[in-house]
Amino acid sequence: MERVPILKIGGVLLVSIQIDLQDQSVLALQEDLAEKISATGAHGVVIDISAVEIVDSFIGRMFATIASISRLFDADTVVVGMRPAVAITLVELGLTLGGVRTALDLERGMRILENIGRERGRTGLEAR
Amino acid sequence: MVGEAEHGHRLTELLRSNTDALVAAWVEAVATTLRGRTTGAELERDFRELFTSLLPVASGDGRDLSGHAYAELRSLLGDLSRSRARQNFSPSETASSVFALKRVVFELVNGQDDAELFRQVLSFSTLLDGLGLLTFEAYARAREEIIKEQSEQLLELTTPVVKLWEGVLAVPLVGTLDSARTQVVMEKLLEALVETGSEHAIIDITGVLAVDTQVAQHLLKTVVAARLMGAECTISGIRPQIAQTIVALGIEFGDIATKATLADALRHALRRDGVEVVRKGERGAL
Repeated sequence: MERVPILKIGGVLLVSIQIDLQDQSVLALQEDLAEKISATGAHGVVIDISAVEIVDSFIGRMFATIASISRLFDADTVVVGMRPAVAITLVELGLTLGGVRTALDLERGMRILENIGRERGRTGLEAR
Repeated sequence: MVGEAEHGHRLTELLRSNTDALVAAWVEAVATTLRGRTTGAELERDFRELFTSLLPVASGDGRDLSGHAYAELRSLLGDLSRSRARQNFSPSETASSVFALKRVVFELVNGQDDAELFRQVLSFSTLLDGLGLLTFEAYARAREEIIKEQSEQLLELTTPVVKLWEGVLAVPLVGTLDSARTQVVMEKLLEALVETGSEHAIIDITGVLAVDTQVAQHLLKTVVAARLMGAECTISGIRPQIAQTIVALGIEFGDIATKATLADALRHALRRDGVEVVRKGERGAL
């Protein structure tokens, strides 16, 4: 089973999905991420899915699950780089991702987290 | 059936020896019905070609028109019918051009007291009937091709995605929205968002004549899909009647921004981006 790497940039965790997601890797990713957030005290999670071409309802729910997990650690989740075909599929599946924020690309996603951090009185991307 | 023809078929010999006179009479008979929409020279050329390829099969009775012997004739008639269809001729005009040859041939053999020849003319006439029907079929096919081409062009033409401002895209929708078109709009818009990195999209429905629940559903799906990708969609240009329909149908646009005009939607998008539009000179006064 392939594992999705989780990178730490300042106070943000970057999850860049470059593989075809299997249900097993999704479950492993959720576990890894929960551990990593709690270990690093990150205040934001960016999930880059610009390389993902196919999604099913299981992967669709993954975003909401990750967002809920992160929220427990007071971290915000941004999904970036969703392709049009993927977006259409998710809409047709009736998944709207609820409270997950989205951005067109990684740069904009990072900026959103920065703005949220500033609103809450954190100092940008610096680690706490 | 066709092979034995060449030798000793009276009608074929008669047709061959009178080719020029027959074609001329045929052209004359047809030219009057088409009333100058095509030139005599054009008809003469088409008919001579048809006549020449008709000669070898004149002894057949046209029972097996899909056969190999009629291949050349079929393609000629197909071309003729297609070009006529594009020139807006009616299918009966094209078919009666073929039928006109019957009369010309009847006049040729008129007065000849020959039972064998009469039989041959009869079967030749059946052949012409079959050929006339062929032009009908070709005509219908040609029209269908034209209609298909046009509806594809229409689909492409009526869904442009335009850039209004840095980071603001607009799709002016015109005409009737159906599932297929809305699907195209949806895909084009989402792809344009990725390509240009725009965070705002405006769907302008000023030119849309009617909105039903299905169309509204498609619009909502587009907006939600754009949101998933990280872009915000505004719907603008809702006409008064359409607003009434939407309310009467109980369609909820929820938290999707709707504006009266495209200008309002653009201002809304710019404001969200932190851009303020100010007239020159007013800056100092403010």
